[in-house]
Amino acid sequence: MRRLEPAAIAGVMSREVANFRTYWRGTTFSSVLEPIVYLLAFGLGLGATLVNEVEGVPYIQFVGTGMVATAVIFSSALPAMFGTFVKHRFQNTYEAILAAPVDVEELVTAEMLWIAARSAVYGCVPLIVTFFWGLEPAPGMLLVPIFCFVTALSFAGFGITMAAIVAKIDQFNYVTALFVTPLFLVAGTFFPISGLPEGIQVVAQFNPLHQLVELVRGGAFGFETVDIARFAGLVLFAFAMWRLAIDRMAKRLID
Amino acid sequence: MPAIELSGVVKRFGPITAVDGLDLEVPEGICLGLLGPNGAGKSTTMRLLTGQAIADAGRLRVLDYELPGESKPARAEMGVVPQLDNLDVDVTVEDNLSVYARLYRVKDLGAAVDRALDLARLRDRRRDAVDQLSGGMRRRLLLARGLVHEPRLVLLDEPTVGLDPQIRTELWTLIGDLKARGTTILMSTHYIEEAERLSDEVAVMHKGRVIARGRPADLIAEHAGSQTAEVYAAPQRLTELRSAVEETGLRVRPAGPAIAIVGAEAAADGVVPADAVMRAATLEDVFVLLTGEEAE
Repeated sequence: MRRLEPAAIAGVMSREVANFRTYWRGTTFSSVLEPIVYLLAFGLGLGATLVNEVEGVPYIQFVGTGMVATAVIFSSALPAMFGTFVKHRFQNTYEAILAAPVDVEELVTAEMLWIAARSAVYGCVPLIVTFFWGLEPAPGMLLVPIFCFVTALSFAGFGITMAAIVAKIDQFNYVTALFVTPLFLVAGTFFPISGLPEGIQVVAQFNPLHQLVELVRGGAFGFETVDIARFAGLVLFAFAMWRLAIDRMAKRLID
Repeated sequence: MPAIELSGVVKRFGPITAVDGLDLEVPEGICLGLLGPNGAGKSTTMRLLTGQAIADAGRLRVLDYELPGESKPARAEMGVVPQLDNLDVDVTVEDNLSVYARLYRVKDLGAAVDRALDLARLRDRRRDAVDQLSGGMRRRLLLARGLVHEPRLVLLDEPTVGLDPQIRTELWTLIGDLKARGTTILMSTHYIEEAERLSDEVAVMHKGRVIARGRPADLIAEHAGSQTAEVYAAPQRLTELRSAVEETGLRVRPAGPAIAIVGAEAAADGVVPADAVMRAATLEDVFVLLTGEEAE
C-alpha cells in the first residue's frame, strides 16, 4: 500500500462529512451571521460616521472584502485546534482511524482538506453579503474560493500543529491571544496596513491573512503582478504547515 | 504460518519498560487470551500490533507482514475493537459502519454494512444516532465496526471492561460466534472468567512479558493442581494459618477476606483446617500465584 492513498483520505473525509451533517446548521448560521454583524458594525458604523473611502473604495466594501480573511481564519484555525484536540484526547477517534489502514500523513491531509474545503465556502460569505452594499461582481472573484482554500489549508495545518503541541485545552487561549488575534488584526481587514508603523508593515507582509486580503481585493478591484508572488507565498506556507502538522501529529499519535 | 509472531519485543516509555522482551506466537484460527493485571503491557502490545507504537527492539510479524514497515497492509486484514468506546455518537449507526467500511476499502459498502448490522443485531436501529443506543448496543456496534471488513485477525482490547454482567454475556456470545467462524482472535483482558470462557489458550502477561502459556485446563493443572481450600477467618488466624501452611511447602494466596491454599489435594492430614471450603482449582489461582495480583 502506498503513501497518501486517495481511498484513505476519502475515508477519513467521509467521517467528517457524516459528522458535519449533524451540526452544519449551527456552523453555517454563525459563519453567515458573523460577517454580517461585522459588516454592519464596522462597515456601516465606522463607514457612516468616520470613514467614507479607503484606497478609493467605499469603506463597507473595503471591510467586506477584508472580512473574507477573518472568515477563513475563524473557520479553519479554530476548528482545527479544538476539533483535533477533542478527537484525539477526549473521543479517541484517531486511535480507531489509525487502527485501519490509514497513516498519520493521510489522516492529517484529510482533516486539512476537509477544513479547507469548508473554509473556502464560508470564506466567500462576506463577499456575497457585500454585494448587497454595492460591491460589483468581477471575474477575478471566481478565484476567491481558491485563495481561501489555500490559506485555510495553512491555518488548518497550524491548528492541528497546535493541537498536537498543547498539553491542555486551556492552552489554546495562549495560541489565540499570541497568534490568531494579532494575525487577524494586522491583516488589513479594517484599516490599510500602509497606515501602520514601518516595522509592523514589514512584519505584516509575512502574515498570510494579509496576503489573502490583498488577493481578495485584487479579485474584486483588479489584480497586480505582485499577486502571483502573494499566491505562491500562500502555497508555500500551506505546504510547510502541512508537513509540520504531519510531523507533530505523528509524534503525538505514534508512541 | 502463525497469525502473530513477536520475538524479543521491547517497548520503553522513558524510564518505564512496558514490554520487556515479549515472545508471543498466535497460530491461525485460535483465540488467545492475553491475561494480565493493569500495567502488564497488554495495551502496549495491542498498540504495537496496530502500528500505533513502535518497538525499541525485537521482531514483529502480523499475517506475514513485517511491522512497523508493513503495518498498513497488515491493518487492512485485521480488525480492532478498542477498550474505550470511540464511536461517533451524533452519527447514525449505519454511518458509523459505512465510514469504517470505506477506511478498510470494502468494495460493496451496502452489503458490508448490512452484514455488520446483523452481527450487532442493530438492523432496526440503523438510522438512529449512536447516542440513542443503550450501553450494550453501543458495545455490539463497536465490535461490529471492527469486523465490518471481515478481517482474518481480530484484536480485542479489554472488550468488556467496565460493562455490567448482562452486556458482558451478550458480547461473549458474539465473540463466541466469531471464534466458531475460525477467525483468529487476540484478546487482552484482566477478567479471569472472560479468558477462561473464550480462550483456546491463555498467555499470562506480567511486567511486559509472558510468564505462562497454555490451555486454561493445562495451566491450572500445572500451576494450581486440582483442589483449592479457602479459609475464611479473622485476619490474625489467617496470618498464623498462612505461615503454618507455607511451612509445609504448599502455596497460599490471598482471596479477598480469605486465604486460598492451592494444591490442597497434596496436603498432609491436618494441614487444611476442617472448616475450609474445598473447590476445584481455577485460572484465578494460577493468575494470582504467578502475578501476585488480586484477580478481577
